[in-house]
Amino acid sequence: MSALLSIRGLTAGYGGLPVIDGIDLDVAPRTVSVIIGPNGAGKSTLLKSVFALTRIEAGKIAFDDRDITGLATAELVPIGIAAVPQSRNVFTTLTVAENLDVGTYAAPPRDRRAVEERVLTLFPDLRAKLGQPAGTLSGGQRQMVAMGRALMSEPKLLLLDEPTAGLSPAYLERIFDLILGIRAVGVTILMVEQNARQALRIADRGHVLVNGRNFQSGTGMELLGDENVRRSFLGGGTA
Amino acid sequence: MIEFVNFYLIPAFTLGAIYALGAVGISMIFGILRFAHFAHGDVMTLGAYGTLTAVWLIPLPPLLLLPFGIALAIVATLAVDRMFYRPLRKLATIYTVISSFGVALIFRSLAQLFWGAQNEVYVPGVQRPLVFFDTIRVSALHIEAILIIIVIALTLHVFLTRSRLGRSMRAVSDEPELAAVSGLDTDRVIRWTWIIGASLAAIAGTLAGLDTDVHPNLGWNLLLPMFAASILGGIGKPMGALAGGMVIGLAEELSAYPWLGDGPLISPSYKTAVAFFIMVALLIFKPQGLFKGRLL
Amino acid sequence: MELSGLAFYFVGFLIAGGIYAILCLALNIQWGMGGLFNAGIAGFFAVGAYASAIVTAASSNGKHLGGFALPVPLGLLAAALVAGITGWAVAKVCVRLKSDYLAMASIGIAEILRLVIVNEQWLTNGSLGIANIPRPFEGLVRGREADLLFMAVIWLIVIAVYVLCARLNNSPWGRTLRAIRDNEDSARAVGKDVEWFRLQTFVIGAALMGIAGALSASYFKFLSPAATEPLLVTFLVWVMLMAGGSGNPKGAIAGALLIWGIWSATEIFTNRLPGEWATRSSYVRMLLVGLLLQFVLQRYRQGLIPEKSPKLEFERK
Ligand SMILES: Nc1ncnc2c1ncn2[C@@H]1O[C@H](COP(=O)(O)OP(=O)(O)OP(=O)(O)O)[C@@H](O)[C@H]1O
Ligand SMILES: [Mg+2]
Repeated sequence: MSALLSIRGLTAGYGGLPVIDGIDLDVAPRTVSVIIGPNGAGKSTLLKSVFALTRIEAGKIAFDDRDITGLATAELVPIGIAAVPQSRNVFTTLTVAENLDVGTYAAPPRDRRAVEERVLTLFPDLRAKLGQPAGTLSGGQRQMVAMGRALMSEPKLLLLDEPTAGLSPAYLERIFDLILGIRAVGVTILMVEQNARQALRIADRGHVLVNGRNFQSGTGMELLGDENVRRSFLGGGTA
Repeated sequence: MIEFVNFYLIPAFTLGAIYALGAVGISMIFGILRFAHFAHGDVMTLGAYGTLTAVWLIPLPPLLLLPFGIALAIVATLAVDRMFYRPLRKLATIYTVISSFGVALIFRSLAQLFWGAQNEVYVPGVQRPLVFFDTIRVSALHIEAILIIIVIALTLHVFLTRSRLGRSMRAVSDEPELAAVSGLDTDRVIRWTWIIGASLAAIAGTLAGLDTDVHPNLGWNLLLPMFAASILGGIGKPMGALAGGMVIGLAEELSAYPWLGDGPLISPSYKTAVAFFIMVALLIFKPQGLFKGRLL
Repeated sequence: MELSGLAFYFVGFLIAGGIYAILCLALNIQWGMGGLFNAGIAGFFAVGAYASAIVTAASSNGKHLGGFALPVPLGLLAAALVAGITGWAVAKVCVRLKSDYLAMASIGIAEILRLVIVNEQWLTNGSLGIANIPRPFEGLVRGREADLLFMAVIWLIVIAVYVLCARLNNSPWGRTLRAIRDNEDSARAVGKDVEWFRLQTFVIGAALMGIAGALSASYFKFLSPAATEPLLVTFLVWVMLMAGGSGNPKGAIAGALLIWGIWSATEIFTNRLPGEWATRSSYVRMLLVGLLLQFVLQRYRQGLIPEKSPKLEFERK
């Protein structure tokens, strides 16, 4: 099976020294891939590079067997990639319904109602909040709005940057369940996570990013079981 | 009492409508391009002259010839955005502020060059006011101004909340990076911001010209109260700016009413000062304005 | 005779150029060093001019405040004080906000000052203006030599202000300012009181603008509300500083002389045009000032003489 997203030798940054250096990474269709690593390792930069928000110095990014390295952000949504940034990921003064609606503008779905219905089935909590400004919601609900907005463009690939940052443990479980639910409807997910242990548990594949380089890859379970990874990145203890 | 209505309240609504129409554009530009557009008053001036030129050529009432003023204002703003503002977008926005400051001068000198420095009127002679209930005397212009502002307020509200473009504009104003990540066409949003802002400015300029007369400093003289109105309404909140414009207009006109004693409360020559002091008070106590806009 | 006529034209040029140089140095403190946008230079200039005129003019014919006949240095001091206090009031309100707010407020204060100057007859004699404003060391020499002397005084002041700026630039104070300008957050993080430093730059700049106004009133010996006209003061000074190179006092002086040279040279030319064309051409010159500012902003942000430690362009956050 060929990869949906394939990154080869990617070196990118923000104009100064490159932040990520020679990354190789494949994401198979209908899987959840998790990137973990210490703060400042370049995890967000990697996601942003896929989304054309950094300066790419070298390497290639292919999506669906098509080279997307030079494409602009606005061109990526229509071909089936959507992203949720790490922070400021909802339009706070727009209502929840409007947030979802904005998600359809770049890639108008054939049946807007049906897509919205599917998103609301995934995130039933939002149904009662549709008329409320997104800025008035709790952190977990905002994360749902943000993911919902991204899903409204019916992406094949969803990029999530730390979807559980700052959430309570209870909400954390819910978000991970939702991510599995999103995978179940056929969307491929590449996400960055700080809650590495829980994330790897649901991941089909994990990547450890250190200092801008891909330190180690494997299935979620392999990484959880790896002594080295456990000691350095999962805070010791057993899985 | 009736004197208050005739000579203070109704003119105050007209002035408020002029400020409101200008302030909407300033507030939208604030929200989406994130800078204080110092040339906005002079966009109004160009709009007023555009309408004036049409009045010279076509025998129709000025308000029906507004499309000419609007067209001139749109062309002018899109041109300066393209030539002068866009190349500076990567830099700190203060450079764009400085640039717009220079554009104000460019627009004004162009107006003087093409139309001269003298005062012009749209329709010569004194317009007879309409009389209602034998007591309320209103000039047709004041009624028209109030109708225009009501229609525009409703249209704008529907546009911003219901249309795709309106929602995109609010989204870009709210979180520009997220809007880009969502795949919104930011350039298109910016273009429409200028088109709408310029159109409303041209209407405001023409109303101001009808209210008094048209001259090259017409818009520049209104800039300060319009800034005050957009801060009052909360930056990036066009509907707030509309309300803010009405409030500033009312405050300025009504400050000249003899509330205490016989003389005007504040001498009419200091009318503009009222707007300034409202602005200063806002900056000290409530810089996000009355409707919880954001800070630049 | 011809030659000396030309020479004295040149003296006049250098006097006005020197006053512009002071304005430019003042703006350079506010913008070049402090990153503060002042759109109301004319206001501070005018308030300084009036303060000095009221204090130093020998008589007011009982028509307005004044006639104190105090020495010129006290006039300069009054100008600096009044303009500085005005600047303090404006900046105090705005320094904690983004620079755009200060721009709006500074245009506002300039407008208010203009209203006061035009309307308060008892204070400023309204549109009739104030006459017989003395120059420093007046009576020492007469006629055209007086201009020569005044030119010397002006340029001594320019040099003094320049030395002050250069000193400030290299002092710990100046370094802190640059640190704030280039990266406000990290300056704040190491405990610098960013607002206080900004306030200081704005007040010093405003006071110097007031002094420039006082000198200009002395030069013309007469002062009317025309002094508040923003074209010749605010706009032209911005173009000068941008062209000369903001952040560098030498650039400020060079920019002032260069742009004032262009402005004066085109005036010589346009004054020879017939009536109607002469007025029109003054609008063309305004237009050119506006265009020149755009050109400098896009192509020459570094200016003629760039700042020594570069990095003027603070990145957008
Ligand atoms: N917009 C930017 N401009 C310049 N440098 C940046 C920018 N964003 C991030 N960096 C730098 O790139 C490096 C990696 O940042 P990145 O955000 O990718 O890390 P991360 O792994 O996502 O960390 P975290 O776990 O804290 O989110 C950091 O040193 C950071 O300072
Ligand atoms: Mg990150």
